[in-house]
Amino acid sequence: MLDQIIHEWPRFATWYNFIFIAKAAGMTLLLSALGCTLGTGIGLLLAVTRVTKARWLKPLRLLAFVFTEIFRRVPFLVTLMLCFFAFQATGYDVPLFVVAAVSVTVIAGAYLAEIIRGGFKSVHRNQWEAAATMNFSLIDTIRLVVLPQAWRIVLPPAFGYFVMFIKDTALASQIGVIELTYVGKVLNNKGFSAALSFGVILIVYFIISYPLSRLGAYLEARLASSRHRRA
Amino acid sequence: MHHLDIAGLEARYGDHTVLSGIDMTVGRADVIGLIGPSGSGKSTILRVLTGLLPPVAGTVKLDGEPVNYADAAQVRRLRDRIAIVFQQYNLFQNMSVLENVCVAPVKIKKRPRKEVEEEARLLLEKVGLGDKLKRYPDELSGGQQQRVAIVRALALRPEILLLDEVTAALDPELVSEVLDTVRLLAQEGMTMLIVSHEMAFIREVASRVVFMAGGRVVEAGAPAQIFDAPAEARTRDFVSKILRH
Repeated sequence: MLDQIIHEWPRFATWYNFIFIAKAAGMTLLLSALGCTLGTGIGLLLAVTRVTKARWLKPLRLLAFVFTEIFRRVPFLVTLMLCFFAFQATGYDVPLFVVAAVSVTVIAGAYLAEIIRGGFKSVHRNQWEAAATMNFSLIDTIRLVVLPQAWRIVLPPAFGYFVMFIKDTALASQIGVIELTYVGKVLNNKGFSAALSFGVILIVYFIISYPLSRLGAYLEARLASSRHRRA
Repeated sequence: MHHLDIAGLEARYGDHTVLSGIDMTVGRADVIGLIGPSGSGKSTILRVLTGLLPPVAGTVKLDGEPVNYADAAQVRRLRDRIAIVFQQYNLFQNMSVLENVCVAPVKIKKRPRKEVEEEARLLLEKVGLGDKLKRYPDELSGGQQQRVAIVRALALRPEILLLDEVTAALDPELVSEVLDTVRLLAQEGMTMLIVSHEMAFIREVASRVVFMAGGRVVEAGAPAQIFDAPAEARTRDFVSKILRH
């Protein structure tokens, strides 16, 4: 196999292929970044909505509940297809990238909402009560008291999810988005061996996801010690 | 006019009635000692007063003004005037001692940080914690945490302070340091409702003692009356058991 890869390499290592792969890596990175950042934002919003108490917010709470439960249960590919056909039904020519971006954001939002909500629940009730009796609004309670304590609980599963999520963006290739997995298939179809085509893709995936894991580990360590930071 | 006027107050946890018709008046600078067996509803009264548990019936009047606990704006105004200290301290674990005390006055009441910190320092020094400003709650003993919790409540400049078994979670040798702090407040004329099992302390510091059982007020009166000459058999029974023990 190694012989074959060495044999193929000069033909493979062209500027054209390099740009092709780099662009695809950019797309995977972009989809992942969008999913992780917008997903965190939406997840936070959903989680906060679900811990509200006011009676008039009940419809919103229900909506948040249904949204999270549905998109956590529906396979990524199905959500992707759903978005794809939903956008098609509007009649507008929506770029595939937008379809993929919306899908990944929706899914990441639903997953992260539960991870963040779990973090909220991990903060003792007496912290919420103390804040309430001191007239903290819900937003202040979460911002000043709950989130700073929940991060430690939220970060490990959130970063675990981010890493998994990078791999899941591969499914966008199914609707024709040119990201890493798509490119792997194209290179393979062009006649390069699967070992070479997908081997290269594998390395690029690793390069994208490994630093993210390190970032997660770094943040965990930093947050774990921050409570005992002596000024 | 009474500072606090409670009439026919009822509260439930689910189907379980915990307060069935409480009547009580509290004058300005009164120190009310709430005593009674576990589950008698003492702590529940404090939770209801601060709006943590909405009452199902009855009225609470603050300076003659009835409070509607279903109205969030009214509850907010009430919480500007009544502060509570919890049995488990409930200090914010992510904040230093100083930040715990300052966070509500600065971030919620929007008072200038400098002024609030100055005041917090003084208060913390007064309760013997002047050297712990930068410490976090889990670095302090229970007694120290409880004193921080009291200072945090005082920094809100309440008119009425509710103390919910503030010594119950403490080792015996730490109890006195918290009681000293409460004694100081009583001398300064703070209106207080104190739920406690420290009978000797209640007897000393309270201006009136309320004995509760089964979600009702059984008997109320001067400490000497409740402890030495209770009129009701249940009070007599409770007091004799507690004092013997």
